[in-house]
Amino acid sequence: MTSPLPGGVDCDLHPAVPHLTSLLPYMNDYWRDQVTTRGMTDLVSQSYPTNSPISSRPDWRPGQGKPGSDLADMQKQALDRFGTAFGICNPLYGVQMVFSEDMQDAFCRALNDWLAKEWLDKDARLRGSIVIPIQSVEKSVAEIERCAKDKRFVQVLMLVMGDMPLGKRAYWPIYAAAERLGLPIGVHAGSAYHNPPTAVGWGSYHIEDYVAQATAFQTQLTSLIVEGVFARHPNLKMVMLESGFTWLPAYLWRLHKFWRGIRMETPWVDRAPLEIVRSNIRFSLQPVDAPPDPATLNRLFDHMQSDELLLFSTDYPHWQFDGDEVLPPGLSPELVRKIMIDNPLATYGRLQVALA
Amino acid sequence: MNVQFRPEPSASVSVKTAIADCDIHPARATNAELFPFMAKRWHEHLEAYGKQAYHGMMEGPPYPKAQPNASRRDAWPPEGGPQGSSLSFMQRQLLDPYNVALGVLNPLNSGQGLRNQDLAGAICSAINDWQIEKWTAKDSRLKGSIVVANEDGVSAAAEIRKRAGDPNFVQVLLLSRTVEPLGQRRYWPVYEAAAEIGLPIGIHAFGFGGNPLTPSGWPSFYIEEMVGHAQCQQTVLASLVLEGVFERYPKLKMVMIEAGFGWAPSLGWRLDKNFERLHSEVPYLKRKPSEYIRDHIWWTTQPMEDPERRDHLFQVIEWIGWDKLLFATDYPHWDFDDPSRVLPAGVSDANREAFYLGNAKKLYGIS
Amino acid sequence: MVRHVIAPVEELPPGSRKFLTIDERPIAIFNIKGEFFGLLNRCPHQGAALCEGPLIGLAQSSDPGEIEYTKLGEIIRCPWHGWEFDIRTGQSYCDPKRFRARAYPVNVESGSSVVKGPYVAETLAVSVESDYVVVDL
Repeated sequence: MTSPLPGGVDCDLHPAVPHLTSLLPYMNDYWRDQVTTRGMTDLVSQSYPTNSPISSRPDWRPGQGKPGSDLADMQKQALDRFGTAFGICNPLYGVQMVFSEDMQDAFCRALNDWLAKEWLDKDARLRGSIVIPIQSVEKSVAEIERCAKDKRFVQVLMLVMGDMPLGKRAYWPIYAAAERLGLPIGVHAGSAYHNPPTAVGWGSYHIEDYVAQATAFQTQLTSLIVEGVFARHPNLKMVMLESGFTWLPAYLWRLHKFWRGIRMETPWVDRAPLEIVRSNIRFSLQPVDAPPDPATLNRLFDHMQSDELLLFSTDYPHWQFDGDEVLPPGLSPELVRKIMIDNPLATYGRLQVALA
Repeated sequence: MNVQFRPEPSASVSVKTAIADCDIHPARATNAELFPFMAKRWHEHLEAYGKQAYHGMMEGPPYPKAQPNASRRDAWPPEGGPQGSSLSFMQRQLLDPYNVALGVLNPLNSGQGLRNQDLAGAICSAINDWQIEKWTAKDSRLKGSIVVANEDGVSAAAEIRKRAGDPNFVQVLLLSRTVEPLGQRRYWPVYEAAAEIGLPIGIHAFGFGGNPLTPSGWPSFYIEEMVGHAQCQQTVLASLVLEGVFERYPKLKMVMIEAGFGWAPSLGWRLDKNFERLHSEVPYLKRKPSEYIRDHIWWTTQPMEDPERRDHLFQVIEWIGWDKLLFATDYPHWDFDDPSRVLPAGVSDANREAFYLGNAKKLYGIS
Repeated sequence: MVRHVIAPVEELPPGSRKFLTIDERPIAIFNIKGEFFGLLNRCPHQGAALCEGPLIGLAQSSDPGEIEYTKLGEIIRCPWHGWEFDIRTGQSYCDPKRFRARAYPVNVESGSSVVKGPYVAETLAVSVESDYVVVDL
């Protein structure tokens, strides 16, 4: 077993909103009444059914309430357990599923305020990601600017399966705002279910949806790269969260091969895709979709040709590993340090400022 | 100013060892070539209403290709007609110089992906007859694939059973992009019929099912469609495994065609890992997903994975199995793999033979 | 280097190309707007007949959505995988470091200084003032 190093950054924690009513204190009168009078109960995405085994490790599942809804549990089971210096909260509350941009905006504002008040205020290690009302690019930019004033917000959060491929230019004002404010964009597993959750329609099962997340990350990476997001915004970093990463080398072989032959379609892609990934894309560690065999894993890191791509994460409270085996076996101490400390600090500029 | 060239094919490479080409695309010059095999009613229908696919365009694909007809520019037959429409030119440009002992025909532009299921069935049946008349009866190296109106299970199963025992056909062909993922039960009649008559099923990248090309909507560029076939195929394979198709039809063999294979190990690992935790959702699965994949799936090689270091390629192939790869050129498409250039050095003779011919002969039952 | 006489200039008007084999090497000669270029007719990628591809311009961009299109008719796309090569220099436009098509220097020489060779015998009717296209190999 590879031991974690104290002082690391956990880049993927999921504090849970107990119920839509938990957000009522953070809404204005109109929306408060809309929620109650129309009987809106909760926004739980099929990507993470509350009682699915993936949604919580058995020993992290509380007797009552949603997994991840109790700060004391998170402190004990994740922050203290792995000795992390910072934990980045990525709330997975189903606000992206909402179709009305006004409603979505109200809910996102409430969610971000809830996070600041009920989590960030209560543990100095915690940091937050700004959840944005993606139905409106304008409102998303406004929400980023509003929340960025609080320096404990270190990232903008988007879902990997949304309304449009993430590279599409309509979204670029969001990227411009994030780059300007020094915030990475975190793209997290999960679907708004506004499109079928696969490229070939609706499957039947939760396990199918979950496995499909990796393919969604692949198509999004293609979109981000070939649309030229990083040509326009070279300083922008994007972090693929809970994406898996063992698919990356083979994915890049194929993209590279086709890029060579169809270069003229997207001539602003003037660097090899692998170079763009190395400079602008990062991946959170969990899940590690590979057999727990050091030779396989080291080979994979070799295939990726970089030790800067991975950022430590527990994905708490999701069930990706057992016991304390958060780090795959066979990693050198240098690589552990990079994954747990150096790479996250290099990615999240606001953490560096906090340390200084 | 661009001049169309129709030069004589240069046999720039002649391969001494015989090979199998498991992905050749025969084309027709016009729909009229199919008319002898279709009821008159359909001739008139096609002239009036044309073919309506699940994408909206009456002519051409929604994402324009990289080359006309997505094909090599040096593959226009000298006598006219689109690339891939001339047997004699195919013999001169592909079969003879590369010593193709077994060529598997995968007709695209068939009735698959059309919204009118009766029309789809009529065209598919005609194409199956056309494959015999124009191709396999005239060159014994060539074998056909049974195309079917896959969205209409009853019709598709009947077409498959109709061809039982016909040595002109070595597989049933489906396309990867269908109305629902291919593991769904609406497609099970196809699998039942194929398993019954003892033929493998080839699943070729492409087709249209009306779904956006990504789980996050429609991308902008053709390159996204081309790279995206890998993601589509992963989804299709996951669906087949998780819906229990291989539990239900334990003798069924499938071929993943033209979507690459480099992604297979990481998909297998991800499926296995999640299966460990979520087994109770799919309790009818008796084995790990990767085991179903290893036992039931073959892979054509084109477009060949092209990592900077060949040992990376060999590591992937070791996971898949050297006995599961089927060499293919994708002739006459533009992203053609030349047999003499495609495999790096360092492959044993036994694996080389399996890769180029042995696996195909065994799978397709050719002695 | 050996000089090979190809054809009189009039046989190769602007926009045309000529295929030939010299010393078993397949070559193509192009007339691009009055300038002559020669390329080995073999793509450095997988050996396709590179020179049978279409001629386009060079698409470049410093900002997504904006295209700067220059060198019209001077870029050849390989008929197999579509790789782009600059006819002048053999420079490819994807992976420029790794692949370059072999370019042969081509000059236009005036008729009076043409080297003796079989072609001269075939063009007895040609006047000595005609310009000949000559290849150095």
